[in-house]
Amino acid sequence: MLFKQWEGFQEGSWEDSVDVRQFIQKNYTPYTGDESFLANATEKTTKLWNIVLDLYKKEKENGGVLDIDTKTISSIIGYEPGYIKKDLEEIVGLQTDSPLKRAIMPYGGIRIVEKSCEAYGRKVDPAVDEIFHKVRKTHNDGVFDAYTADVRAARSSHLLTGLPDGYGRGRIIGDYRRVALYGVDFLIQKKKENLKYLDPDCFDEETIRDREELSEQIRALEELKQMATSYGFDISVPASNSKEAIQWTYFAYLAAIKEQNGAAMSLGRTSTFLDIYIQRDLENGTLTEEQAQELMDHFVMKLRLVRFLRTPEYDELFSGDPVWVTESIGGMGIDGRTLVTKNSFRILHTLSTLGPAPEPNLTVLWSTRLPEGFKKYSTKMSIQTSSIQYENDDLMRRYWGDDYGIACCVSAMQIGKQMQFFGARCNLAKTLLYAINGGRDEITGKQVAPKFEPITSEYLDYNEVMEKFENMMDYVTRIYIKALNTIHYMHDKYCYEKLEMALHDTKILRTMACGIAGLSVVADSLSAIKYAKVRVVRDDTGLAINYEVEGDYPQFGNDDDRVDSIAVDIVRIFIKKLSKHRTYRNAKTTMSILTITSNVVYGKNTGNTPDGRPAGAPFGPGANPLHGRDTHGALAVLNSVAKLPYQYSEDGISYTFSITPKALGKTDDDKINNLVTMLDGFFGKEGHHINVNVFDRALLIDAMDHPEKYPQLTIRVSGYAVNFTKLTREQQLDVINRTIQESI
Amino acid sequence: MDKRNFAKIHSIETFGTVDGPGVRFVTFFQGCNLECKYCHNRDTWNINNGKYISVDELFEQILRYKSYITPNGGFTASGGEPLLQPYFLISLFKKLKKEGIHTAIDTSGMIEVTDTINELLSLTDLVLLDIKHIRSDKSKDLVGFDNEKELSFARYLSEHNIPIWIRQVIIPGITDNEEDLLELKNFISSLKSVEKVELLPYHNLGEYKWKELGFDYQLKDVRTANNEDIKRASKILGLI
Repeated sequence: MLFKQWEGFQEGSWEDSVDVRQFIQKNYTPYTGDESFLANATEKTTKLWNIVLDLYKKEKENGGVLDIDTKTISSIIGYEPGYIKKDLEEIVGLQTDSPLKRAIMPYGGIRIVEKSCEAYGRKVDPAVDEIFHKVRKTHNDGVFDAYTADVRAARSSHLLTGLPDGYGRGRIIGDYRRVALYGVDFLIQKKKENLKYLDPDCFDEETIRDREELSEQIRALEELKQMATSYGFDISVPASNSKEAIQWTYFAYLAAIKEQNGAAMSLGRTSTFLDIYIQRDLENGTLTEEQAQELMDHFVMKLRLVRFLRTPEYDELFSGDPVWVTESIGGMGIDGRTLVTKNSFRILHTLSTLGPAPEPNLTVLWSTRLPEGFKKYSTKMSIQTSSIQYENDDLMRRYWGDDYGIACCVSAMQIGKQMQFFGARCNLAKTLLYAINGGRDEITGKQVAPKFEPITSEYLDYNEVMEKFENMMDYVTRIYIKALNTIHYMHDKYCYEKLEMALHDTKILRTMACGIAGLSVVADSLSAIKYAKVRVVRDDTGLAINYEVEGDYPQFGNDDDRVDSIAVDIVRIFIKKLSKHRTYRNAKTTMSILTITSNVVYGKNTGNTPDGRPAGAPFGPGANPLHGRDTHGALAVLNSVAKLPYQYSEDGISYTFSITPKALGKTDDDKINNLVTMLDGFFGKEGHHINVNVFDRALLIDAMDHPEKYPQLTIRVSGYAVNFTKLTREQQLDVINRTIQESI
Repeated sequence: MDKRNFAKIHSIETFGTVDGPGVRFVTFFQGCNLECKYCHNRDTWNINNGKYISVDELFEQILRYKSYITPNGGFTASGGEPLLQPYFLISLFKKLKKEGIHTAIDTSGMIEVTDTINELLSLTDLVLLDIKHIRSDKSKDLVGFDNEKELSFARYLSEHNIPIWIRQVIIPGITDNEEDLLELKNFISSLKSVEKVELLPYHNLGEYKWKELGFDYQLKDVRTANNEDIKRASKILGLI
């Protein structure tokens, strides 16, 4: 073997070229038992965690941000080493030189950094300001140089919202495991080889860009080594034991979050990979189960300290300071063996050893064939902590194989082989209103989209509305892709993720990940127009400002094909229209039905809709039905959501489910079994994603009024988990009012 | 309307977890023959309300949930009083049996066992028997009827070996008198097909429904049952 660190591992071609998947397949130990082997937190862990809890408290008292380094332009080697308490830390490394101190990352946009600092009573150092206003252009500047008038108009009228044109796009997962398995030098050598051969006859713009990016990647890997050296580690060579494997993997991730303030900075699929090292050490007798848990606890503790500096406007969209350190756990291999290992349990067990928390964003890749012991343990932890999300491995494996991970909330990508251009989302409900109003905004009355004939009849006619809606979708998809092409061109140019991309293959698959918000509002609106009578109320300029629904109509979320099929049609039509347009770097166009917490803001900026939803009322999050419209119980909603085709929404379909403990079953065993049954059933019907919350409404109301009593209360919102007490009051109310399934 | 093919229902709960084993598709039938003072589904009493559903329609809906409710869960007919619409249930249960779906009826059992009921029970895998009050006089006061029919219904189930889950709502000061509970215990032990005894804590979450319908809620002054009440009753009944 090339390295002595690999002794004891099964040989394979993974030794010659980067192939983490093959290494895993040849070396991991599937585990089909239960959680009884798990060890408790060590004294060291508890001591260290208490220090962190104290820091959290100070952070909260300080208005949500503990400290900001307003002077250093963050980079992989921008900071001296930082510690929580050095002699207690098994795994080391902080984003800046001190825990919870936030860094500034102005390459995405200087204005957003200034605004963020000002929101917390600080000012960016004048020298930094000078550089980014006078010397160095940012991603944000580039985008606005190229944006067209129609894109700007759609942006300010909230037709397109949350676009990553002023902040880091994120949703790129470096294969951080590569650093542990191969050491950095091996990776540099491979990249250099690639660079050498990247020399075709037609030496065009694409080749030049690729060569420049590769050189950037190599530079980033050198810096990664240097950063590790400052902490006293030589990561030029592979990790030799489990502690090093975790440390190397974490250093790689740490370098990424020092370099990039991406909207979602996900971790990938590390726990089963790391189990191989832990298992080897356990068998060697050089590690005990207590120590293994301690290592995972300390790793997770670090992931819980990740912080980015963001503006209050950003918080309004994505509330609760999320970073989406998403870790994908479990799943099945294509050879039929489960990818669940003991370390899949250990990482979920951190919810007990350290208590519940929103990060890392623990994502169980569910298969109906997962071992029973793991199914029961993960649902048990869900019931206790509401901190886990589930995604359909049986479905995604068909698309992405068995070494994919989830970026952010629901976006699957093959680790190290695929990245996405994050595209936020388009407000589909507003698009429908524009179709009715001939391109005028229903709130401001402004002509936002090109002028065309509005609907003038007293009652809405389904066919007429559909025809105009399709036309409006044509327009919206065109400017949407235009905006995204601009954004990602500039992001690559001014804010390239050199470290994350260094941990990818050189040739990768790129997706253009579009999204929609307000699907259930649109489906219900069209259903109302089709099955009931919808009378239009217009102001004296002829603008439709309100709708009166006469009669009942089928509503999304009740397993009623009449309306569910409308939702399915919309999804299919929209992706087809998106796919017509050419994308930057020939990215494959995909779509998600996911709003995160922005369903509140989208609703706020959207007028009355033909389904009877009043202006300003929140949309359902993701693919959820509108609050309170599901009247047939939880499984009817799941059946409706499961009908939405993943084939047309490959970037994910998010559903958030909340239930009171009593409604889940009588005994603890019943609760677990019923939840397992529910998940097996939902995923068997090809549902894609579900957040599971188990709590009492009364508890949330109490937490809203007495946040100090619930420092660790975690709940799942669309695609991620948040600390409930960090949500805005408006969002807290949205969560409380959202359908919580209760027993009758 | 052919009563073999149509029923009046109040609502559907696709994720029922408290009315029988496993995950259950629960249908609440419209119409009730009792007037329980503590009823939390007051809106199910009047047979003139609710909506019609056909056997095929309901059956087709249930099948959509087959993967959730088999093999561990099933279908539960609740209400209201489902036994008031036995012809419909016979047609439905025959279809469910063919699909291997477990059938349960949530009833007060305050009903004569006619040939029709007999046929229905032969298609029923489980009866959730809600004993209103073991003392006949108190039953009359609480639900409007003495318990004679109910107890003979229970004996009938026992004789025909139809599995029973006994349910007793614990209403502080009304159904949890020690002597009464001991009598209930005796009665239960005289039955041979009882698989489970469930004590349901009385709650007043249905009070608003009475108000909405313009009725006075009659147990205003009675407190809801807490864990202690349930524990105490469980001890008396010898359940723990």
